[in-house]
Amino acid sequence: MTFDSPHIRVKDLNVHIGGNHILKNINIDIPDKKLTSFIGPSGCGKTTLLKTFNRLLDRNKDVKIDGQVLVDGQDIYGKDIEVTDMREKMGLLSQRPFPLPMSIYDNIAYGPRIHGTRKKKELDVLVEKYLRATGLWDEVKDRLNGSAARLSIGQQQRLCLARGLAVEPEIILGDEPTSALDPVSTQRIEELFLQLKDKYTLVLVTHILRQARRLSDYIVFLYMGEIIEFGPTEEVLLRPKEKLTQEYVKGFIS
Amino acid sequence: MRKRRRKIESLIFKSLMILSALIIAGSLLMILWTITSKGFHSLTWDLVSKIPEGGFYIGKGGGILNAIIGSLYITIGSTALGLLISIPVVLYINVYAKRNAWLSNITRLSADVLFGIPSIVYGAFGFAIMVYFGLKASLFAGIITVTLLIIPILVRAMDEVISLVPNELSDATYSLGATRWETSKILLKQSVPGILTAILLSFGRAIGDAATVLFTAGYTDSIPTSLNQPTATLPLSIFFQLSSPIEEVQNRAYGAALILTIIVLILSLSAKYFSKRFSKHKI
Repeated sequence: MTFDSPHIRVKDLNVHIGGNHILKNINIDIPDKKLTSFIGPSGCGKTTLLKTFNRLLDRNKDVKIDGQVLVDGQDIYGKDIEVTDMREKMGLLSQRPFPLPMSIYDNIAYGPRIHGTRKKKELDVLVEKYLRATGLWDEVKDRLNGSAARLSIGQQQRLCLARGLAVEPEIILGDEPTSALDPVSTQRIEELFLQLKDKYTLVLVTHILRQARRLSDYIVFLYMGEIIEFGPTEEVLLRPKEKLTQEYVKGFIS
Repeated sequence: MRKRRRKIESLIFKSLMILSALIIAGSLLMILWTITSKGFHSLTWDLVSKIPEGGFYIGKGGGILNAIIGSLYITIGSTALGLLISIPVVLYINVYAKRNAWLSNITRLSADVLFGIPSIVYGAFGFAIMVYFGLKASLFAGIITVTLLIIPILVRAMDEVISLVPNELSDATYSLGATRWETSKILLKQSVPGILTAILLSFGRAIGDAATVLFTAGYTDSIPTSLNQPTATLPLSIFFQLSSPIEEVQNRAYGAALILTIIVLILSLSAKYFSKRFSKHKI
């Protein structure tokens, strides 16, 4: 499936980690301001694919990446790319929330600060705005200077989302962002993702089929490092064309 | 029958563990008891506030202020200098050269080997360098040599802590568009308690080592007023007084040992206190 002006376009991407061929000839277009989910059994390469988008993957040892990842038409593996500027465009929500070792306020202000916002008043506005956007404001407004480590794990994950939004990214990457959360917190994160769909391009890695169905516009099914099927959510989940996808959706392989 | 055997086995090992724990606690108590009982009476205001008078080492008056100040100069100087060198090393191998396994391994191996070298070898090395450059024994030479002694301790202890910080933390800062230096600062912040422990270890080693300063810092009865002057240190002060045949002088050596122990104790306790205060945001 291709789009006329995709937000992210992956061209002939191959990833080797320590001699293992993890991603094989990946070609895919991620549409703008839609939610695209990567599904597939564990070890299929969905997280690896996600981490090639913000170049977190190539920080590790023994990783070899060939091919192109174009964001807004620009190859992020190109020579003249400024990696920090590129990463600024992409927020990441990881499996386990990881607040920075500082106060709740400073966690949100961290991004704006390193990108040049210094005035206390402007930071105050940003902190409130993004804590409200993630529904945390009323819960934490009286303890903004308290430690982020004291928050519940669900609150921490929303804090991490707010922290990412404060950098004003265009793309949000979620690497199984609800896998460590209880059902109530999971629901809150899912609601936030649905709200964010209008403004941001979202890419979500998940192993929960129902979650993928609830949230996504498009679904990519990966198996053993290859893209097996890519299409609108209903089509992939209800009328899969490939035999492997059928077996996965029905629960025969996992 | 089998159940009984397993119970007895467990009991034997439990007793062995308790015995070992008692040996450790016991030796600490015995050391403290020895230096306190022998040195307590010599621990006078004169001892900590005066420098040696003529004939100090044959029992005349004075104190060891020269050695206390000298030891503090050397230890604080070398710990500060050591940190200035080892923090960049640790950040380099953990953040900047993360992909370069070869370089990190070489650095870690070197630190391990340096860690195992006896301090007298550092003393001899420092002395050889001094002779080559025509320098005399001085505070400066002492600080440099002790710095060499503690760098491997600082590097290894801090490396241990920083390499244990989960990757998710640096993933988080990088995703926010942070540079490697900004990420390094966050890693340091997360590792404050471990870094304080590293400082404590090296401080203890630096203040207590006699062999490195013997040839390099020299020994003198006055307090140094510049980096070029030689200086006394507590371990050497203990050594020279203990070698005296006069009992009063020997007891003063235990008094000096007591002072050394108290300095290390105060430092340990304040490190504990600060470690709690600085790590209130630690994840």
